[in-house]
Amino acid sequence: MHVAPESPWRIIYNLRARAIFYQVACGAAVVLIAYFLFANASENLARQNIATGFSYLSREAGFVISQSPIAYQPSDTYVRALLVGILNTVRVSSAAAIFATVIGTLVGVGRLSSNPLLSRIAMVYVEILRNVPLLLFLFLWYAIIITALPPVRQAFQILPAVYLSNSGLVIPSITCSDELTWIALALAVGIVAAIIIARALRRSRITTGIERRVWPFVVSALMLPSLATILILRPSVMVDWPELGRFRLAGGAQLMPEFVALLLGLTLSASANVAEIVRSGIVSIRKGQWEAAASLGLRRPLSLRLVILPQALRVIIPPMTSTYLNVFKNSSLAIAIGYPDLVMVSNTTMNQTGQAIEPIALFMMVYLSLSLAISAFMNWYNARVALRG
Amino acid sequence: MKRMTTRMLLAGLATAFLTSVTSPASAQATLDAVTKRGKLICGVSQPTPGFAVPDSKGVMTGFDVDVCRAVAAAVYGAPDKVDFVPTNINTRFQVLQSGEIDVLSRQTTMTFSRDNSLGLDFGPTVFYDGQGLMVPKQLKIESAKDLAGAAICILPGTTTLQNLADFFRANNKKFESVVFENPDENRNAFFSGRCDATSSDRSDLASIRAVANNPADFVVLPETISKEPLAPAVRQGDSNWRDIVSWAVYALIAAEEKGITKDNVDQQLTSQDPEIQRMLGVTGDLGKMIGLDNKWAYNIVKGVGNYSDVFERNLGEETPLGLTRGPNQQWTKGGLLYAPPFR
Repeated sequence: MHVAPESPWRIIYNLRARAIFYQVACGAAVVLIAYFLFANASENLARQNIATGFSYLSREAGFVISQSPIAYQPSDTYVRALLVGILNTVRVSSAAAIFATVIGTLVGVGRLSSNPLLSRIAMVYVEILRNVPLLLFLFLWYAIIITALPPVRQAFQILPAVYLSNSGLVIPSITCSDELTWIALALAVGIVAAIIIARALRRSRITTGIERRVWPFVVSALMLPSLATILILRPSVMVDWPELGRFRLAGGAQLMPEFVALLLGLTLSASANVAEIVRSGIVSIRKGQWEAAASLGLRRPLSLRLVILPQALRVIIPPMTSTYLNVFKNSSLAIAIGYPDLVMVSNTTMNQTGQAIEPIALFMMVYLSLSLAISAFMNWYNARVALRG
Repeated sequence: MKRMTTRMLLAGLATAFLTSVTSPASAQATLDAVTKRGKLICGVSQPTPGFAVPDSKGVMTGFDVDVCRAVAAAVYGAPDKVDFVPTNINTRFQVLQSGEIDVLSRQTTMTFSRDNSLGLDFGPTVFYDGQGLMVPKQLKIESAKDLAGAAICILPGTTTLQNLADFFRANNKKFESVVFENPDENRNAFFSGRCDATSSDRSDLASIRAVANNPADFVVLPETISKEPLAPAVRQGDSNWRDIVSWAVYALIAAEEKGITKDNVDQQLTSQDPEIQRMLGVTGDLGKMIGLDNKWAYNIVKGVGNYSDVFERNLGEETPLGLTRGPNQQWTKGGLLYAPPFR
């Protein structure tokens, strides 16, 4: 068909216009589908007389959560229960991410070792942990903890006042009167001051070339503010000794077996991934870099630390992001072994209120936003270590 | 991530989106759909001794299972025309709401808010239960009130967790809860001594104790901290279907009261008692009134037996659960079972 140059139909030959049209159509389709699903769901819920909305959040939760980083009672609201769940999830996954990074790096470097025993052990470690589903490991660790260790009334006393049983590890804890916040604040000030001083000294060393002792300044900057605060406020320090009550050890700081099993499972599985990522990062650095480092007189461990790893980091960071995300998301398997994470709290909420969609929507949103936050942080870090120019 | 989350997501999505597709569009349609399908789909517990568990040949048996079979016998005249769907404690109501199952017969407590905010209706109570606590005998505890500070292993049932928290709050005591999604993990944690006690409906405690290495090592404490009337549930808005499920249960109860058993039901056809005649369809049109064959109650008793048969076979003192009838006794014998007249 011939279209006159001035015809309005000519626009269909305009590539840009077409692209915009496709995008608008695609966007409209997505919105329509979403609207259809939403309308359908609300209509069905209304027809089946199922309660909807988020008003349940301010109602009393009424259930007990045993492991909580913040004060929580059954008379608190569902929002607070949810917060406890989120904090528990964050606590276990961040601890697992840190441990997995350390262990994984060591194993990854170990796999490249010239010592055959070490590299074989590292290989077996990686292959076993990488190829068995995490859920099975969780059941395994948990079963080992609760069956191999004695019940709490026959707890092992490893050190005075340190007890190990299948209800967890209990150690004495130090409680302090409420001046603790001020001391913590003073400590934070000290850390910041120490960092600033260390940097300033480094700069002056580079510019003047005069070598000075660094540590007395740094240590005193670190300690002075908190020491001063302690001397001024004179807080009373009390030690909370664990004591065997009728059923449980009361007092002290407790590490629950559910937390430990989950931490162990997440850490070990993730560390196998980290090991492979680190290994691939190191292998990706050309041999010439090793040789150059060696010719400068650096020994192998030093050249690894000063020359190879900093460069390997650029290859390592992007896949590490997805490993961290996996650790975070996999922590939702906690529900299988009774650790009160976000999913378990949401499940209980769902169960008690009879509303399924809202709690699921909420916990998906929490996972999504925390995952995006992790990605954003890792992207920022990646941009920092990336080669510029 | 995976197992749990995916399942819950699916359930949520199922509720949200599939309802219009799979659930019968309007009232009175469940019976038609069930008749056309030729099989009843019944939601039961994940394997729980006494209530729903496959036997050595893979045939489902149990108290809740027999309630399903009674409904199938009423509808088709054949108690084995049932597909059993094991349902998760968290998603059982969604599975019913979304139309995946016709009846939920799963140790489910009837409560006000469930009846009125979940889009479902309950049939008559089939088992009067109550939440209790079980401890190892060696702890030498005699009352649940002595459990202050104990760790308690528990499943996340709606009423279970709250009842326990309420009980301890009312007595101004604290406890530590360890919540498991999976009944097996819950049992293992309790048996290994991770917890000092476990809490659930008393019938369920009997079922947990039945699988212990030595059941005599465990004792159920005397306190009953809640009322748990277990009842089958159906979707709201189909009163004909609800009537069928309700009267199938009443038929079980009434058959026991009238002395009609699985073994003597054929002789009872010649009984002179007018109510028995009406029930068994010898006279009158009771079956037609609810859209079933007049032989519906005869088929129930012939196929499943009466309430006593069902109870003794699955939960009674001859079984590993060893439950006595307790409140689940006929009203004529001081119990709570009371079927309205068949008239």
